[in-house]
Amino acid sequence: MEVFNIFDKLLGENILSALVSVILPLIFLIIYALIAILGELKISAWIQERLGPMRTGPYGILQPLAEVVKLIQKEDIVPAGANKLLFNLAPYIIFAGSFAGFAVIPFTAAFVPAEINIGLFYVFAVGAFAVIGIVMGGWASNNKYSLLGAMRSASQMISYEIPGALVILSAAVLANSLDMQKITALQSGPFWNWFLFGGPGDWSKIWILPFTVLLSLIYMVSSLAETNRTPFDIPEGESELVAGYHTEYSGMKFAMFFFAEYSNMFIIASILAVVFLGGWNSPFGSFMSGFWWGIFWFIIKAMFIVFIQIWLRWTLPRVRVDQLMYLGWKVLLPFSLVCFIFISLYRIVY
Amino acid sequence: MTTTKFIDIDFSKIESDRMRLNVGPQHPSTHGVLRLEVELDGEVVTNVIPHIGYLHRCFEKIAENMNYQQVIPYVDRMDYISSMNNELPYVMAVEKLLGIKVPEKVEYIRVIMAELNRIANHQIAVATFGLDAGAFTPFLYLFRDREYILWIFEKASGGRLLFNYFWVGGLANDVYPTFKEDVLNIVKQVRKTNKEIEELLIYNKIFIDRTANIGVLPADVAINYGCSGPVLRGSGVKFDLRKDDPYSIYDRFDFDIPVGTGEVGTVGDCWDRNIVRMREMEQSCRIIEQAVAQMPDSGDVQAAIPKKIRPPKGEVYFRAENPKGELGFYIISDGKDKPYRVKGRAPSFVNLSVLPEISKGYLFADLIVILGSIDIVLGEVDR
Repeated sequence: MEVFNIFDKLLGENILSALVSVILPLIFLIIYALIAILGELKISAWIQERLGPMRTGPYGILQPLAEVVKLIQKEDIVPAGANKLLFNLAPYIIFAGSFAGFAVIPFTAAFVPAEINIGLFYVFAVGAFAVIGIVMGGWASNNKYSLLGAMRSASQMISYEIPGALVILSAAVLANSLDMQKITALQSGPFWNWFLFGGPGDWSKIWILPFTVLLSLIYMVSSLAETNRTPFDIPEGESELVAGYHTEYSGMKFAMFFFAEYSNMFIIASILAVVFLGGWNSPFGSFMSGFWWGIFWFIIKAMFIVFIQIWLRWTLPRVRVDQLMYLGWKVLLPFSLVCFIFISLYRIVY
Repeated sequence: MTTTKFIDIDFSKIESDRMRLNVGPQHPSTHGVLRLEVELDGEVVTNVIPHIGYLHRCFEKIAENMNYQQVIPYVDRMDYISSMNNELPYVMAVEKLLGIKVPEKVEYIRVIMAELNRIANHQIAVATFGLDAGAFTPFLYLFRDREYILWIFEKASGGRLLFNYFWVGGLANDVYPTFKEDVLNIVKQVRKTNKEIEELLIYNKIFIDRTANIGVLPADVAINYGCSGPVLRGSGVKFDLRKDDPYSIYDRFDFDIPVGTGEVGTVGDCWDRNIVRMREMEQSCRIIEQAVAQMPDSGDVQAAIPKKIRPPKGEVYFRAENPKGELGFYIISDGKDKPYRVKGRAPSFVNLSVLPEISKGYLFADLIVILGSIDIVLGEVDR
């Protein structure tokens, strides 16, 4: 399948096509966030033998909309003694950081908002932006719980970005590229061409098969830590820090944190889908592939990983700060390093 | 006396500012309106000062102006999640003062109700303990099961939380006809869920990491502080009033006293206190099964007592094994229809006093877990 931006073809390479390329992911993000919130409510309810929301609309499907309306109506509170500028800026910085990641997400073969040949690197770079917002918000809130949450978050992000980056490096070594479209295109064909199963190639890939599976698991764990979700929701651990860094936020600013969390979940899921699950490629080779099928497969794969994140959240207890550091530095980092070295050796030999 | 501390830092060598953090009275994990003044060095807890009294309702003073019967609803409100267990020592104390004996059937119903309420209490304890560690789903599973027990209480007494069911000399009313079947179904359900909870929560690796070797309470410290109930038994001390000072008809049943063994960590850690509660639920199930089998079908539920209770001059102390520990009532009668003095020995209050002793040197997240493992109810702490 040829790789290009469909809007450049339809509208010409001008400001209009760029605008459409930006707005489309935003619309997608809003719709996705509503669905994901509903999914979170409903899946948690099913796990816990509840019904979940049932009153707003048929089977409560309008509940996320109601929540958004509720949050818009809420009073916007700035606590006394807070640093107003930083306090007001923080939620938007977090959201901007996570939304910027959408620029390089390849939704289908013919559409990626921005063609950057270092897409994976870029996602990581802007993803790390969120920690600035969190520390800002936590510091500016003038609340000790927020401060503790922000400090925890900063240390957590640093320890988990490194194993995550090593996983991405290994994938880049395998694919010989950091371009998300190229990585996806490489994995075309049936599902055993996915990097989860060693990537395209002959039977020699059996050597790296365990490593690629391990790498995808490492990335899954470290990405959970990056999105601050259970079992790694230490920065906002409810039973300890009330709500962590966003304790003092209300109304739309709180919604922004919420929004950014869901947006981050999708970014993480799409990186996993692109790097390990073949992105927009159909699992059955040329069967069921094409422009629309590409969107379908990509979103299905990403949403499946979002589902796993929700599932884990409602099953596992929370780990402690020092245990998280232990896991990050002493377990994930050595393992990902070994995988990286082995995969590099494999690339040299074959 | 040596206590194993998770992080062994000599604070005198490191000069750093301590942060004073006010936890509560409105905080998700203080189990009510407890206020903790916590001194933190980074995330390490260096000092904890519990402040209590936010739920003080002058129970003991009010009781002096009430008839002996009228005190019972106030007793309910002490440890409001195990009200049946609160009523039992109070009514038995008054009965001891009066020197009356209640009918056989009443004794059996009281034991069944008390043990059911013990299960309900431990379900909440384990559930909120899991919640403190961040696991939300087991919380709802256990609350769902507790609901079935509450249905039985509701059918029998009319109340879901505060029952006013045990009266001096008997019960408010007889149990309903299908009581026995309902109780046996509950026992089955409790066992089934407990198995699930053990798989989902208790033996979860993350949960063990969070709770094992945390908040270690050595047996001698526990005894010195006067701890009782699962907090004491978690430290490996085999002390249960139902066996060691049998009251009511507990000597007729065959059951064990589970104690903490340090299965995954040290004896007396949070995990041990929690597992004692899990195992006690099983033992309560055994007691209930035996009691249901032995319980007479017919009989009076009220002993012949005078309408106005006027105990002779004297005093009595009666203690019983509450789910939280030893609950005792000390009643002085001056021969009038109102007690001269009622003093409650609340296990939550005594158990809470050990918190500063066992939480120093652990992380702030551990403090919450330790508090959860002590299982306090502020209604009883403050009275």
